[in-house]
Amino acid sequence: MGGLQKKKYERGSATNYITRNKARKKLQLSLADFRRLCILKGIYPHEPKHKKKVNKGSTAPRTFYLLKDIRFLLHEPIVRKFREYKVFVRKLRKAYGKAEWTGVERLRDNKPGYKLDHIIKERYPTFIDALRDIDDALSMCFLFSTFARTGKCHVQTIMLCRRLTVEWMNYLVTSRSLRKVFISIKGIYYQAEVLGQLITWLVPYQFAHDHPTDVDYRVMATFTEMYTTLFGFINFRLYQTLNLVYPPKLDSKSESELKAEHEEDYAMDSESYLEKLSALSASLARVVATAEEEENQLDQFPAEGEDLENMEAREKEQKEQEAQNRLFEGLKFFLNREVPRESLAFILRCFGAEVSWDKSLCIGGTYDVTDETITHQIVDRPDIDKQYINRYYIQPQWVFDSVNAKMCLPVEDYFLGVTLPPHLSPFVEEKDGDYVPPEKLKLIALQRGEKHVQDDEEEDDDDDEEDNDEVDDEDLTEEKNLKKMEDQRSQGKTLAVKVTPGKVKPWETGSMGNKVRLEQEEKAEEKRLAIMMMKKKEKYLYDKIMFGKKRTTREANKLAAKRKAHEDTSKAEKKQKKAKKQ
Amino acid sequence: MPTVTLESQKNGTMNKAKVKSAKKRVAEEDNDQLPIFDKDVTEKAGEEGDEDLSDSEESVFSGLEDSGSDIDEEEEDDGDDEEEDEDDAALMLDENLKNNSGAETSAEPAEPKQQGKKTASKETRKMKKGKGGAIDGRGEKGLTTTFQGLATAQQGDEYEHDTSDEEDIRNTVGNVPMEWYQDYPHIGYNLDGKKIFKPIRSKDELDEFLDKMENPDYWRTVHDKTTASDIRLTDEQVDLVHRLQKGQFGDVNFNEYESSVDFFTNEVMIHPVTNRPQDKRSFIPSLIEKEKVSKLVHAIKMGWIKPRKPKERTPQYYDLWAKEDPNAILGRHKMHVPAPKMRLPGHEESYNPPPEYLLTEEERLAWEQQDAEDRKLPFLPQKHSCLRAVPAFSRFIHERFERCLDLYLCPRQRKMRVNVNPEDLIPKLPKPKDLQPFPTTMSLVYRGHTSLVRSISACPTGQWLVSGSDDFTVRFWEVNTGRCMKTLEVGGAVKSVAWNPNPAVCLVAVCFESTVLLLNPSLGDRLVVSSTDQLITSYEPPEEDKEQAVTWALSEGPEHNKGHRLTLTHPKAVKQVVWHGKGDYLSSVMPDNTSNLQVLIHQVSKRRTQNPFRKNKGLVQCVSFHPLRPYFFVATQRYVRIYNLIKQELTKKLMTNCKWISSMAIHPGGDNLICGSYDCRLAWFDLDLSTKPYKMLRHHKKALRGVAYHRNYPLFASGADDGSVIVCHGMVYNDLLQNPLIVPVKVLKGHQITQDLGVLDVTFHPTQPWVFSSGADTTIRLFT
Repeated sequence: MGGLQKKKYERGSATNYITRNKARKKLQLSLADFRRLCILKGIYPHEPKHKKKVNKGSTAPRTFYLLKDIRFLLHEPIVRKFREYKVFVRKLRKAYGKAEWTGVERLRDNKPGYKLDHIIKERYPTFIDALRDIDDALSMCFLFSTFARTGKCHVQTIMLCRRLTVEWMNYLVTSRSLRKVFISIKGIYYQAEVLGQLITWLVPYQFAHDHPTDVDYRVMATFTEMYTTLFGFINFRLYQTLNLVYPPKLDSKSESELKAEHEEDYAMDSESYLEKLSALSASLARVVATAEEEENQLDQFPAEGEDLENMEAREKEQKEQEAQNRLFEGLKFFLNREVPRESLAFILRCFGAEVSWDKSLCIGGTYDVTDETITHQIVDRPDIDKQYINRYYIQPQWVFDSVNAKMCLPVEDYFLGVTLPPHLSPFVEEKDGDYVPPEKLKLIALQRGEKHVQDDEEEDDDDDEEDNDEVDDEDLTEEKNLKKMEDQRSQGKTLAVKVTPGKVKPWETGSMGNKVRLEQEEKAEEKRLAIMMMKKKEKYLYDKIMFGKKRTTREANKLAAKRKAHEDTSKAEKKQKKAKKQ
Repeated sequence: MPTVTLESQKNGTMNKAKVKSAKKRVAEEDNDQLPIFDKDVTEKAGEEGDEDLSDSEESVFSGLEDSGSDIDEEEEDDGDDEEEDEDDAALMLDENLKNNSGAETSAEPAEPKQQGKKTASKETRKMKKGKGGAIDGRGEKGLTTTFQGLATAQQGDEYEHDTSDEEDIRNTVGNVPMEWYQDYPHIGYNLDGKKIFKPIRSKDELDEFLDKMENPDYWRTVHDKTTASDIRLTDEQVDLVHRLQKGQFGDVNFNEYESSVDFFTNEVMIHPVTNRPQDKRSFIPSLIEKEKVSKLVHAIKMGWIKPRKPKERTPQYYDLWAKEDPNAILGRHKMHVPAPKMRLPGHEESYNPPPEYLLTEEERLAWEQQDAEDRKLPFLPQKHSCLRAVPAFSRFIHERFERCLDLYLCPRQRKMRVNVNPEDLIPKLPKPKDLQPFPTTMSLVYRGHTSLVRSISACPTGQWLVSGSDDFTVRFWEVNTGRCMKTLEVGGAVKSVAWNPNPAVCLVAVCFESTVLLLNPSLGDRLVVSSTDQLITSYEPPEEDKEQAVTWALSEGPEHNKGHRLTLTHPKAVKQVVWHGKGDYLSSVMPDNTSNLQVLIHQVSKRRTQNPFRKNKGLVQCVSFHPLRPYFFVATQRYVRIYNLIKQELTKKLMTNCKWISSMAIHPGGDNLICGSYDCRLAWFDLDLSTKPYKMLRHHKKALRGVAYHRNYPLFASGADDGSVIVCHGMVYNDLLQNPLIVPVKVLKGHQITQDLGVLDVTFHPTQPWVFSSGADTTIRLFT
């Protein structure tokens, strides 16, 4: 045959990948440094298609990186900085050991540092790229800003995170780009639309953290290091787009207002300034003084057919958006001290409301409880002593639900001491076939402008004291409706389920129904026979899809059943109570 | 060096003098003892310290060598070698110490060689032993000195003669464990090298106890192991022991708290300590310093040295994306897989979710018992009545950390999600309605059998049906009425029945056990019946009788009246009988894996039997004749072989891809074939196309038992253990380029499943699009 014998694993996919240890050796870095580098540069492992081939015949579990990625890392200037830092640490340790304190000081002064600007630029060549990837950065910075300034990480990092998050919130307030909020058991989710990008982040509740021991804070700190850099640049750019001064400054007008009262509380101006900013009650200074906000109308383009429809839809959306942005405009809120001030102030300000709070709670409150013009007071306690007659006392959930519903919801459900309606996630978009909680249906009806349905129900409830028969009827009809709905649902999706003869449904009786049924049966059989003729591969796929569909319907049915059971029990309890009263 | 030679010589002499067994240790001991033995040598050493150090090392080394040479002679000590090495190392130190002390002693005048004075020092030695301290004698010089002091206090002038290194050495074995001498009558050697013998006594536990009880001085009696004698401590010694135990100085007279006298006092003296005048340089400015300063000044003036800039701690932000360069978007950015975003929360994560999202008690328990990875929800949904009641989420930092890990440790992959409409996957087939006629409804049930109906067959005119059952009967039915015309008892469970396909002959082949019976049911046209009888009786036996595998017997008498005509007795149990299309040939199958006699072909008119195969190619399941050409199909477990009967050769071997073929049917055109198998498959072969199946149909859920083609219509049917008969439209085109069209048209149900068996046989009506099926539920059903 002739020719050189080809060696195994010297070509093909085996040469495209490199194991982690080899990569580390190639870069001459310790594992910790390698990890840090990967985090900063955004290098992640790859799963080769043929693992055994890449692993040179071995099946040992290994992490593989693309060789190209590692080569790319070789040119990174930060790698040198890492090595310098290693040397620095060594020198410092030596100086300490020899008790050369001047040497220690000198070394400390010349501590090698590095900047991540170029990495950010390299990873996100355009601003939009950066904005797309900011979700995790936001969540991380919000988390770090709530850390106590002891131990776990550098105080500077925490301060920086706090500063950046305050800047971010101020930007959102000014640009009015908050869209959705959600109180979960983990924290509060926010979703904003910035330059067309939906950005979601999670803010923990304001509690001291119980720091877990099985978490590597170094990894988190490295991420935060990268995120703060990214976040700062994004903030800068965002402020620029709104012609705001960066770092943010309060409007001269509002600044003077704030200055008079609280100056003496804070020893340092710089300290109080961040506090004032974080109060979110004042507007920010602009580079060029402009009129508050110009209406950016959509230009009219001559369009036809589908384009026209699209255009109209877009216009409508725009209008809705604007309406949502002005949701709380003209309303004056007062926050009681037990409600989470920052998140509520942030949300309310994002939708144009005026907010204030008790002076002792935080800097930046602009008016007092006694102000007669306050329209809503947000209270989170069962009762309050002194109530003003010309304002609503509502629970904080009203604000969140109103924002999600894009309308001011009726306040009756949110009064003090009232059992709150369930708080629904605004992030769930139900497809047909999914379970929709009845509250959501009610909300949709309300949004469409239909009459408040609940009143009728309540009236019915009142009525049923008098005659129980009516109630039973109502129950029956309700049950029927539910059954019908379920039937329809099952009809809609489970056509593949075989139709067994002999079951005559009550609403399908008569010759007419028979015909229909026959037709249906015929079709079902046709389909069944066709399914028999499917190829093996397609059959597998088909079965999988149908299985998934069936599962979703099963889950939806389960939820519906649960709901029904719950309502039944609660109704029974109500009746019992009423009976007891009588 | 003279000293070295001297010592080694000494060693040599000593070694000769000693008893073999103790030789080596003693040699070492000698090294230790040297300075005592020859004082003059140590005195020399004292004068030149450095040399002495090296000497002692050398001597130790020589001692080691000795021990090395002695190993051959002395086996007992082998195990202790390592220990000894250590000892040697310790010795080196001791030597040093000793040499120093030796140097000291050399300054002192007296020689402590007299035996007489030894009492006091001996006692001190014993005391050391008594205290249990494994103290090297020479390491404790300081202590011995104090003892000596004590001794002097007692004896007055004793001090003069006693030196600090003086010891009571009666036994010269040195600091070795005395257990080594357990087995010897002696305990060591005295200064003259004579053995010291153990005292002859046997003090056992009892003696010890008595001693303890009776001897008032027992508490101050100490056993000296080196001399193996008991020593009673004096009052002074006891006192000394007490003092040492308390941590006090051994010397009573020593004052620990003497007032200290400062060397430099705080009182300022009028006169300096030294009267040296001050240097000139102490009041003239330093030139070197001046030079350095001027250099620095010059550098500052020139601007070479700048004050240190304060470090910027806060990061500086600027418009990083001021110039967005489209060229900066590299290939790697296009390759980059952005991390998937965090999943958005659903209703169940709300602090106040709708009640249906809360878990019930059982669900919660199940959730808790699941592994954290298996859980569908990573948290427990909870309901809080108001916002202020919401606690902190304990796993918040964990979740963030896990996200971080995912971001930098998880391999990323673009996953192509198939987003197909399941309806699109269903193949578009012609509607069954357009493919009519085919049987759709069950119209008749033929009841009468009392056991499973194994086999059925329709007569070529389509008027009669024959069925064979496990209840040892063969029944003849009229197809249109469902009436049982005849019932014939045979002598065993009927495995197979086959109606002669020739319409001019009225014969039915029935097989049970090892017999194949040819019956004339006497149904239908009388002419046909009589002609059939005539055909059978017109047989003339040939002149030379050939040996046949089967015996042909003509039935007579009552059996003839019952309809029996010919009886073929086979050597083995027969499973299947098949007629050739012309009706003269008949084939029977006797499945047996061990012989080549599995298939027989009989000719009725000549009453001849042939065994067509010489070799056994596997367990034959069923056989079939080609409807037009002289081909013979034999199905073994996994293959179907097609033989040319005229050329007597194998034409084709079909791979069915089945595990076990159960039945087979040939298309009336002869170019297509279906095979049913016990592994739920039906294989359609197009013989022109390939030896592999053209289509595999997995319509049945259980094992197929029977398959059949219709003679005229493009239909085929299969019956299986799931109790259903599936009728398919199987169109074979005359155009060779067009593949057969297979469309399932009807699933016929009706048979009950008994003992896991459903339909056992299917057959089509010869002219009508009707299908018969026989089942394990003892019925035969007609679907029209």
